[in-house]
Amino acid sequence: MTEVNDAPKDASSGGDEAEPLLKLRGIDKHFGPVQALYEVNLDLPAGQVTGLCGDNGAGKSVLTRTIAGAHHPDHGQIYFEGRPVHIRSSRDAAALGIETVYQDLALADNLDIVQNMFLGRERLRRGLLDEDAMEIAAADTLSTLRVTTVRSIRQPVASLSGGQRQSVAVAKAVMWNSKLVLLDEPTAALGVVQTRQVLDLIKRLRDRGLAVMVISHNLNDVFEVADRIAVLYLGRMVAEAPVTDFDRQSVVEYMTTGGANGRSPEPARSASDEG
Amino acid sequence: MSDVTSDSSQAPAGATDTTTVADLTAAHEAAADVPPELVAQSLGQYLRASWARVRGGNSGVLPVVLAIVVVAVSFQIANPKFLSAQNLVNLFEQSSIYMLLAIAEIFALLLGEIDLSVGLVMGLGSVVVAELVQPTGANWPWWAAIIVTLLACCAVGAIQGTLVARLRMPSFIVTLGGLLILEGVAIIVLGGGLVGIGNSQYRNELVLYNIFWGAFTPLVSWILLAVIVGATGTGLWMRDARKRRHGLETPPRSLTALKIVLMAVAGIALVVICNVNRAHVGTIEGVPYIIAIVLIVLGASTVLLQRTRFGRYVYAIGGNPEAARRAGVRLPTIRIWCFVISALISGIAGVLFASWQVSLTTNIIKAANSYVLLAVAAAVIGGTSLFGGRGKTIHGVLGGLVIGGIYNGLYLQGVSSQWIDVVVAVVLLAAATIDVLSRRGAPRQA
Amino acid sequence: MGPDGELPVTTVPGETAAVEPDTTTAADLTSAPEAAAEVRELVAQSLGQYLRAWWLKVRSGDSGVLPVLLAMVVVAVTFQIITPQHSFLRPSNLVYIFGLSTVYMVLAIAETVVLLLAEIDLSVGAVALIGGVIAFKLVQHWPWWAAILAALVSCGVFGALQGTLTARLKIPSFIVTLAGFLLFSGILIVVLGGADGSVNLDTSKFNQLVIYDLVQGTIPPVVSWILLAVVVGAVGTTLWLRAARRRRQGLVAPPASVTAIRIALVALVGIAVVAICNVNRGTALKSVQGVPWVIPIVLVVLGIWTLVLGRTRFGRYLYAIGGNPEAARRAGVSLAGIRTWAFAFCSATAGLGGLLLGAFFYGQYSTNTADPGQLVLYTVAAAVIGGVSLFGGRGKALHGVLGGLLIGGIAYGVSLLNLGSLSTPLQYILPGAVLLAAVLIDVLSRRGAGSVTRV
Repeated sequence: MTEVNDAPKDASSGGDEAEPLLKLRGIDKHFGPVQALYEVNLDLPAGQVTGLCGDNGAGKSVLTRTIAGAHHPDHGQIYFEGRPVHIRSSRDAAALGIETVYQDLALADNLDIVQNMFLGRERLRRGLLDEDAMEIAAADTLSTLRVTTVRSIRQPVASLSGGQRQSVAVAKAVMWNSKLVLLDEPTAALGVVQTRQVLDLIKRLRDRGLAVMVISHNLNDVFEVADRIAVLYLGRMVAEAPVTDFDRQSVVEYMTTGGANGRSPEPARSASDEG
Repeated sequence: MSDVTSDSSQAPAGATDTTTVADLTAAHEAAADVPPELVAQSLGQYLRASWARVRGGNSGVLPVVLAIVVVAVSFQIANPKFLSAQNLVNLFEQSSIYMLLAIAEIFALLLGEIDLSVGLVMGLGSVVVAELVQPTGANWPWWAAIIVTLLACCAVGAIQGTLVARLRMPSFIVTLGGLLILEGVAIIVLGGGLVGIGNSQYRNELVLYNIFWGAFTPLVSWILLAVIVGATGTGLWMRDARKRRHGLETPPRSLTALKIVLMAVAGIALVVICNVNRAHVGTIEGVPYIIAIVLIVLGASTVLLQRTRFGRYVYAIGGNPEAARRAGVRLPTIRIWCFVISALISGIAGVLFASWQVSLTTNIIKAANSYVLLAVAAAVIGGTSLFGGRGKTIHGVLGGLVIGGIYNGLYLQGVSSQWIDVVVAVVLLAAATIDVLSRRGAPRQA
Repeated sequence: MGPDGELPVTTVPGETAAVEPDTTTAADLTSAPEAAAEVRELVAQSLGQYLRAWWLKVRSGDSGVLPVLLAMVVVAVTFQIITPQHSFLRPSNLVYIFGLSTVYMVLAIAETVVLLLAEIDLSVGAVALIGGVIAFKLVQHWPWWAAILAALVSCGVFGALQGTLTARLKIPSFIVTLAGFLLFSGILIVVLGGADGSVNLDTSKFNQLVIYDLVQGTIPPVVSWILLAVVVGAVGTTLWLRAARRRRQGLVAPPASVTAIRIALVALVGIAVVAICNVNRGTALKSVQGVPWVIPIVLVVLGIWTLVLGRTRFGRYLYAIGGNPEAARRAGVSLAGIRTWAFAFCSATAGLGGLLLGAFFYGQYSTNTADPGQLVLYTVAAAVIGGVSLFGGRGKALHGVLGGLLIGGIAYGVSLLNLGSLSTPLQYILPGAVLLAAVLIDVLSRRGAGSVTRV
C-alpha cells in the first residue's frame, strides 16, 4: 500500500529548484547472487523528459520495473511528490499516477483502439459497457495528443502501423490522470517517420506537465527529446545531469566504461534532499 | 483526418528498414479492415467496403452463409424432401443441440482454450435429469431436477476450469480426461440399463418430454415474432440514434434498416415453416419451444460477451493474455467462469438431449463422444478462431445449422453413422484449414 | 496454445522477465538451480558425488524416472493387497501384464516421438486398431512379413497426412488428430464390415500363426537364459567400453562405479523377467513356460528408438524443435519435414502396437476389442508418467516403456478386482483419472523447479 504521511508538499512544476516528482535514493535490488541495482539515485522532475541510458544488463529494465511496482527494492527509498512511498504493485503505481508503457506495448490485437485504451478500466452504464462514453473519451485523448493518422478509432489495433500502436499505447497510459510516464524503448522497432511521430508525442506529454522517463538505446532520439540524461552502468547510476552537460561521446563512455575522461558529473541532488 | 497511407509512403529512398514494408502492407490491410459500417456513408459504400474486406482476408460470416446455401442446394437436389417444411423443422430441432454446444464451445475457444467435454457434459446432464424425475426413483419435480442438473454441470465446469486456470494444465488434456471420466460417471448413473421419460402419465416426465417436442401455438408464435423483431429492431435503431447524437461513427440508416428487415424476413420464414402442419395424423404445428430456448441462450451469451466487462476480458485474454494481465484482469477468474458457462450451456443441451431421445442407453452415451467434434466444427465453420480472441455466438448458431443440415441430409440419403462421422471429421478439417489460411496476413478482430 | 500448436512456455515474446515481483525474472536466473544440479551430476567423480548430485536434481524438479518407479512399487503393493487371494504378483498374472503392457509400451513410444515436438497425436489408438486390422486381413492372403509391412506403411501414410496438415497448414495438432481419431474410428468399423464385424486369425495356418505367436508364442526356457546372457553381455560391454573410451579421451563420463551399477541393474531386471516367465503358468498336463516373443520384440523397438532419438540427426532435431522451434529453424532444420516424418513414424509404430494388441487378444479383432479413446488416454498417460513432457523437448523411449508397464499393471490389476457393475464405467473413469493424475504430477513437479509458467 502507498503510505501517505501528511499533506503533500507543493507539487513540483519543472525546473531544477522545485521538488522532483519522483526521487529514488539509495535503491538496491538483487536477484539471488546478482546485484541488479546498487545504491541508485534518480530524479524525475515534472515537465521534463529524462532519458535513461545504459548498455544491456546495466539495469534499466529492473529500475523501470521497480518504479512501476513490479519489483520491490531491497534497500533505499522512493519519494513521490516529496512523500516516501512503497510501491508494491502496478495498482499502487497507477494509484499514484505512474504509468508504464513496456516494450511489447501490451495491446490486444483483436480489440479495437477504444477497447484497448480502456482495458481493465471499462466504464459501465446500468451494468453494461458504456461504449459511447468510452469512445468519446478515447477520441478526446487522441486528439489532445494530436494522434491524427488513425483512420477510425474502432479499428482493430492489429491493423495499425508500429508508430500508431506506440501512440495508442502511450495515449492509453496518459488517459488516467498520470503524472509520470515510463517508456521502455518506444522507438526501437519504428522507422524514421514513425519515430518522429512518437518523439513529438513525447514532447507533448512533457508540455502538458507530465514527468517522462524514456529508456532508449538510440542516442539520436535521446538527445532530441530529453531534458536530462541518466546513465546506468552495471547497476550503478554513473551520471545524471541536464542534457546540455553531455555529448554523444561522453554518454557512450559512461555506458561502456562507467566514467568519461576527466568529466564525471555527480548525480544531481535537489535542495530538499537532506531530509 | 489524414489518410492512413500517407506516412508509410514517405519512407526515405533506400530505407532497408523492414518495418516500413510491413507498415505498408499493414496499411493496406487497415484500409480493408476498418469495420465497413463505420466509414460508409451509404449502403453502396458499405457494400463496396465489405467486399474489400472479404478480399483482404477477413470474410466474417460469408463462408458460413455460403456453406448454408451449398448444403441446402446440394441436399435438395439429392432429395427433394430436404427443404420440405416437415424436414426443415426436423432439421431445426436437431440443430438446436449443435447450436447450443457450439455456443458452449465458443466460450472456451475465445480464450484460446478448448473444451472437449461438452458432449459428455451434455450426456451426463441428460441422464441425471432423466433419472431424477423417475417416479420409481428420485421422483423429483421437473424444475428441481433441471436446476440440480445444471448446477452439477456447473460444478464439473468449475473443476475443469480450475485445473486449467490455476494449474495451467493444457485444456485439451483436462477436458479429454474429463470427458472419459464423465462417460464413466454417466454409465454409473444409468445403472447399466436404460432410463426413459416417455411415460406421459407422470407429470414430470411429460414436462421434460414437451421441452423438445412441444411447440407454441401458431398464434403465439406470430405474437412472439412480432415482439422479438420489434424489440430488437427498436433497440438497434435507438442505439444508432444515440451514437449519432453524440457525434460518434454510426452505420448508415439504410444499413440498419436492412438488418432489421432481414431479421424480420428470417423470422417470418421460420414461423411460416413451423406453422405448417407437420403431423401425418392429427395436428402438430407452431414454433417449437426449443427454438425459443436457443434464442434465449443466444441472446444472453451475446450480451454477456459483447456488452459486459466480463466478455471484454474474455476477448482480451484470447487476444493477448499478458496485456490483459497487465491491465489488471484476473485471468484465473475469467477462465474458470468461461468453463463453468460452457458446462452450463452443455447442461442445457443435455436437458434438451434427454427430451429428444426420450430414452437413454449406454450406447447413446457412448455416441455423445462425437458431439464435441460437431460442436468444434460448428464453431469453427461459423467463424470462431481456434487460436482465441475471435468469434461471435451468432456464428455458432449458423455453424450449428450447417452441421445440422449436413447430418440431416446424409441421414436422409441413408448414409450410415460411421460415414457421417467421417464426413464431419473432413468438414472440421476443412473449416480449420480455412480458419488458418484466412488468418495469414489478416489481422484478427473480436 | 500458440499458433503452431506449441504450448508456449514463456510469457511474453521479446521480454525476458515477467512482471510478478520476484517470483520469476530472467529465464536463466530461474532455471539456475535446475541447471546447476544437472551440471553437478555431469562432473561427479565418484559414486557418492553422483548420488548426491542426482538427489539434488530430483529435488530441483527434474525427477526423471523416479515417479514412475515409485508408482510401480505403490501399484504393485496396493494391488497385491486388494486382489482376491493376493494374486496380483503371481507369475502367470505378471506374464499377462508383461504381454498387455507391451501394447502400451509400443504406443507410448510412438506418442513420445510426437510429444517431443510439443505436439500431440490423439489418433494413435484408432490408427493402432486400423493397423492391426489391416495386418490381420492381409495375412489371410499374403505372407506374414508382407502383411505386417503393408500395415505399418499404411499407418505411416495416415500419420504423414496428419503431419502435413499440422506442419504445413499449421492447423493445431490436437484438432487434426482429433479429427483423425474420429475418421479412423469410422473407417475401422467400415473395414471390419460393420459394427458387428470381426476378423480372426486362423492359427492352423502357419502364416497366420506367426503373427499370433508374436505375442502368444514363447521362447523355450533354456534359450531364454542364453538370450538373456547374450543381451546383457552385449549391452553391458557396449556401455562399459563407451564410458571407458570417453574417460580415456578426457570427455564427460560417469564414474566407473555408476556404469557398473547400471549394467548390474539391467542384468537384475533381465534375470527377474526371465525367471518369472520360466515358471510354469500352464497346467500339469500342458506346461507353458518361457519368455513370450513379444518381449524381445519390444526390446528391439526400444533399442531402435533409443538409438534414433539419442544418436541420429532426426532425433536431435526432434528435441531441438520441441525446445525452441525458432532456433531450430534458424539453424536450418526443416520444421515441416521433421514434423511430418515424426507423425508418420508415430503412426507406423502405433500400427505395430495395434498388431500386438490383436495378437494379445488371441488373434481376434472386433469392435469390442479395444476402445480407441481409452487407448489414446492410456498412451498419453503412460508417456507422461514415464517422464515425457507434454510441453516438448524432454523424454526418452525408455520412459514410454516404463510408463507402459505401469499402465498395463493398473489396467490388469483393476480387471482382477471383481467390481461387478462398476467394471464397465471404470474402464472409462480410470484412463481419464490416470491421465489427469499423470499430467498433474508433471505440471506440479515443473512448477517446483521454478520454471517460467504460462500466462
